[in-house]
Amino acid sequence: MINKIIEKYPKDDRSNLIALLQDVQTAYGYLPENDLRTVAEYVNLPFSTVYGVATFYNQFRLKPLGKNIIRVCRGTACHVKNSANILVAMETELGIKAGQTTRDKLFTLETVACIGACSLAPVININEDYYGRVVIKEIPKILNKYKKEDTPKNKIEQPESVQ
Amino acid sequence: MIELTINNIKVKAEQGMTILDAAKSVGIHIPTLCHMKDLFPTGACRICVCEVEGMRGLTPSCAYPVMPGMKVDTNSARVRVARKTIIELLIENHPQDCLVCVRNKNCELQDLSEKYSIREHRYVGEKKDHAIDISSASMERDPAKCILCGRCVRACHEVQKIGAIDFTNRGFHSTVTTPFNKGLNVSDCILCGQCILVCPTAALREKSNSKDVMNAINKKKFTIAQIAPAVRATFGEEYNLPLGSNVTGQLVTGLRRLGFKKVFDTNFAADLTILEEATELINRVTNNKTLPMFTSCCPGWVKYIEQNRPQLLDHVSTCKSPHEMEGAILKTYYAKKMGIDPKDIFVVSIMPCTVKKFESSRPELTEEHQADVDAVLTTRELVRMFHVAGIDFNDLPEEEFDNPLGESTGAAAIFGTSGGVMEAALRTAYAKLAGKELENLDLQDVRGNDGVKSASIPINGTTINVAVVNGIGNVKPILDEIERGESKYHFIEVMACPSGCINGGGQPIHSKPEKLRKRVQALYDIDLKMKNRRSHENESLKKLYKEFLGEPNGHKAHELLHTTYIDRKKLLLGK
Repeated sequence: MINKIIEKYPKDDRSNLIALLQDVQTAYGYLPENDLRTVAEYVNLPFSTVYGVATFYNQFRLKPLGKNIIRVCRGTACHVKNSANILVAMETELGIKAGQTTRDKLFTLETVACIGACSLAPVININEDYYGRVVIKEIPKILNKYKKEDTPKNKIEQPESVQ
Repeated sequence: MIELTINNIKVKAEQGMTILDAAKSVGIHIPTLCHMKDLFPTGACRICVCEVEGMRGLTPSCAYPVMPGMKVDTNSARVRVARKTIIELLIENHPQDCLVCVRNKNCELQDLSEKYSIREHRYVGEKKDHAIDISSASMERDPAKCILCGRCVRACHEVQKIGAIDFTNRGFHSTVTTPFNKGLNVSDCILCGQCILVCPTAALREKSNSKDVMNAINKKKFTIAQIAPAVRATFGEEYNLPLGSNVTGQLVTGLRRLGFKKVFDTNFAADLTILEEATELINRVTNNKTLPMFTSCCPGWVKYIEQNRPQLLDHVSTCKSPHEMEGAILKTYYAKKMGIDPKDIFVVSIMPCTVKKFESSRPELTEEHQADVDAVLTTRELVRMFHVAGIDFNDLPEEEFDNPLGESTGAAAIFGTSGGVMEAALRTAYAKLAGKELENLDLQDVRGNDGVKSASIPINGTTINVAVVNGIGNVKPILDEIERGESKYHFIEVMACPSGCINGGGQPIHSKPEKLRKRVQALYDIDLKMKNRRSHENESLKKLYKEFLGEPNGHKAHELLHTTYIDRKKLLLGK
């Protein structure tokens, strides 16, 4: 598979590195170590340089994503509404730090600068679902939904406490 | 010529010169951190900033060319504040453990702090926190001490063309590290240590074996030291002796006072290597076997070819490197002769090299489960051990090596510089092939500082073409040529470090190119003064072959003095 991706680009040409990495990430969801080495050899750059580029840009990830992606909004409005503590609570609940994936590969935790739903601050987003006016004690309940399968998608949900 | 003024001094400078160099020519010192002579400036550290009239911001003098009528101020209040702030910020994100640091009194950051009279901690903030990488047998990497000047990255990428480490991540989290922050032992690193020589702090350093050595001495083991050719020409630098002083005699005395039972010369084994290697070359040439043949003295080069071109391993001479040969002979011939159990012998090699530490741990280099060499100390480590032992080097009398493994010829002395192994091998190979001695022993074609040096030597109607690769960064075209089947060479010497062992990763930390020239000259001077200048004239060596080894490349010699290599590319790829 990796060979099919890299063959679209000229060999020994470093100028295509980022486009190449993007294609690899599209195919796998992340940049696997061995494929990164293959890319480095193909564009004739040291492996360390390619790794340097991959870690410089936020868009590239070096580990596979979890099944569910949680994004905690850290924008200004959410910050005023206690999102820092929401993030800490989320990290404690999942046992990981922002940017990491749980060992069972069920959740990846990320932060975003602003989701664009400031009126609902603090907001978190899991896959295609949005949760507004989140309070810390609701977090276990929210997460529980994703531990079971068949969760409803594309629907702005509000925790019971605000309804 | 361009005229400009720097600090109100009229300066004449050549077109294309940087402000830094122009200032230097009139005795104005500008501090630098990221600057490396002969490499393209990056202007990354900003410590060299100065004020140029008419320009808005401060200008990095290492990267900015002089222009006619330019007015430069390198000492304005604004410049001084900027420099001081940079130093303060670097220090505040640096572990302040100078008192227990291996680079204490030999650290550029410490120097700057002292020179700019930093007397207080003005900034307190988050500090980076990194684990020390102790995975390799040769080197330690301590990213917490890194000030991100990038000199190691440039030495690795631009000089050595290995590229094992690079800048990763961004902003405060920037780190110079290997891919996936793995240990150096599983990276593309060949452990040459050129990065250590350019590191301003102790972020890169050798892995010390001095404790192992002191333990062996304290336990009353039969400790034997051997000194590499290149160490004797640099050791004096650490004691402020003139550059290129030959301190062989004092070194022998010092090692005895440190507690070594015997002190031998790796030069003896260098002669032995030449006999084996020259014989191997002649066999390959006369029997139409794999050519060209590569030298195998440099473990950095061996590691490089094992990692990058395992398909060419047949081209590498099977000879062990000299200090490993010396160890093998010590633990067999010498042990038997002296009636010592080889298990009680502890061989320590004093080497200019960091890779030798890795080499001595190779499982291939053992005799009956006993390592040929038990520990390797770099030049720098031995200096520290002399300090601890209270050995006042400058006042030491000169003593002779122990025998029989202490005798050597001029050919062995020049092993420590690029082209030396080639020159030494040709002196012997010529005599063996032509049946008469080479008349002019100084082969100027293979000396000097070029990246690739070559020569053609007519012997008995055939021409032997040889090449010398000076620094691993120059080896790729030569290897490509062989893979395409276009190589005209018979014999190729490769030294991983530019200028050879004299500039090895274990040598005193230096920054001036003229130092290197004087070190090289010291070795050629030793060669010139020797009574015997050809390896096959070494009397002790003749005796060793007669009493023990038999013939060069014979059965016994093959068992003890030759080795095998492995395909490390597979190991790196995890296949």
